[in-house]
Amino acid sequence: MAVQSYPGRWKRPPVLLTNPFWRRAIYTGALVYLVLALQSVEIDWQRVWLGLDRGWKFIEGFLVPDFTTRWRDIREGLVESLTMTLTSTVAGILVSVPIGIGAARNLAPAPIYLVCRSIITLSRSFQEVIIAILLVAMFGFGPFAGFLTLSFATIGFLSKLLAEDIEECDRSQIEAIRATGAGWWQVVNYAVQPQVMPRLVGLSLYRLDINFRESAVIGIVGAGGIGATLNTAIDRYEYDSAGAILIIIIAIVLVVEYSSSWIRRWVQ
Amino acid sequence: MTSTSAPVWHYRTPKQTLLRWLGWFSLVALTVFSWQLMNENTIWAFVSDAPEQAADIGDRMFPPAWGYTGQLWQPLWDTINIATLGTLLGVLFAVPVAFLAASNTTPSTRFVRPLALLVIVASRSINSLIWALLLVAIIGPGLLAGIIAIGLRSIGFVAKLLYEAIEEIDTSQVEAVRATGASGAQVIDYAIVPQILPAFWGISVFRWDINIRESTILGLVGAGGLGIQLNASLATLAWNQVAMIFVVILFTVVVSEWVSAKVRQAVI
Repeated sequence: MAVQSYPGRWKRPPVLLTNPFWRRAIYTGALVYLVLALQSVEIDWQRVWLGLDRGWKFIEGFLVPDFTTRWRDIREGLVESLTMTLTSTVAGILVSVPIGIGAARNLAPAPIYLVCRSIITLSRSFQEVIIAILLVAMFGFGPFAGFLTLSFATIGFLSKLLAEDIEECDRSQIEAIRATGAGWWQVVNYAVQPQVMPRLVGLSLYRLDINFRESAVIGIVGAGGIGATLNTAIDRYEYDSAGAILIIIIAIVLVVEYSSSWIRRWVQ
Repeated sequence: MTSTSAPVWHYRTPKQTLLRWLGWFSLVALTVFSWQLMNENTIWAFVSDAPEQAADIGDRMFPPAWGYTGQLWQPLWDTINIATLGTLLGVLFAVPVAFLAASNTTPSTRFVRPLALLVIVASRSINSLIWALLLVAIIGPGLLAGIIAIGLRSIGFVAKLLYEAIEEIDTSQVEAVRATGASGAQVIDYAIVPQILPAFWGISVFRWDINIRESTILGLVGAGGLGIQLNASLATLAWNQVAMIFVVILFTVVVSEWVSAKVRQAVI
């Protein structure tokens, strides 16, 4: 009887990219790209070296933040950011609920579906900052332009997720309500709304969180809010005030995140 | 038999109904209050002539400056490099942070895990544009600031999703590998990594897609890429060049979204 030879070594097979040709091709391509990309980065080491001093000052400013000197500016920016966040989220929800229903294939007829889907695509394809640039040019500087920007961005986000949720609804409940002779409105009210409501609340709270974070950014292009204050602080090299603003932003994001998870548990 | 004797069914108790109405009422009141506070300084004359402004800008945007495309290839290449190298940098730091933050792999739940979670929250709450604003002030304008800004923002995103994936792994595989006498590193290598690898690639590509969007505007604060051209065109009110840049951005975003969808489909 011949002794069967077993391989003495075991080599782990690759988890992804099991085809050896494609594996080699992709690895080589990635390597070539990496070399080309790294060559395009020009680093002025002297400038970086000079900047380290400033970086250290910023870290110091973060550790010993200065809330008091610019408190008036910070407060104004914060009030703008917070009011902008709340009003734009509410306005965004009010607009995105009908659009979301219109973009659900099982509720809306084809022409309305297409219109609503294109509104969603339009709203999702551009960055908030780009929309803010355009709206600031049209509506002038200040939080009103920011409010419009955030509402517009909210529509793309909420309607898309709401439409997907409506499409995944339990069909049997819709059929049951329809079998009682209910009209379209009654189907939406009694069969669809109870199924999507918890998720809608969750998504709205999540968007509130995102809108606050974005409100800190669009101020840089003139749409009001804490971002404008932060931009000014950095332009003036007041890193201790900038550190204070960043700490406030992080703290508010944390508070919003925790309270939204608390509200979601309470609602559902 | 009188009709009043039968108890009427209510969905909620009177107290619940009252609480709900109070909740809705305070939300509306808060929103109205915020709206008034926000628009204290709004100049409504600028808002009311917005349609004319929009028509004017739209008029200047068309036709887009097609000839300007020649000057956009280099910034486009820079933008893609910022996004890709930034994602690489972010992922590089996010992986260890994720392992330290996941409750089943962290070395200490009392000291290390909160620290890792703090890193994730700090990175997540600050937008890459703000990171770029800081970094341009610290290490000077250029691609490097953009790459680091994208990287810093990506750490939180990738680490958060990755540590959630690590916490959801199948523990029986970990036990099986541990039963062979494997060390801690070997358990991670043979039991945990193969389980989270698809999620890892999905998350990374998803973040890369978001980073492409974000890196198109980082140049507004001087961090390289298409945003620099956008800033220059906006400063000279060359709206037809701005329109051309928007076309390029839209095209890039659509392509990157397609690529990321394909890769995620292949991996998951």
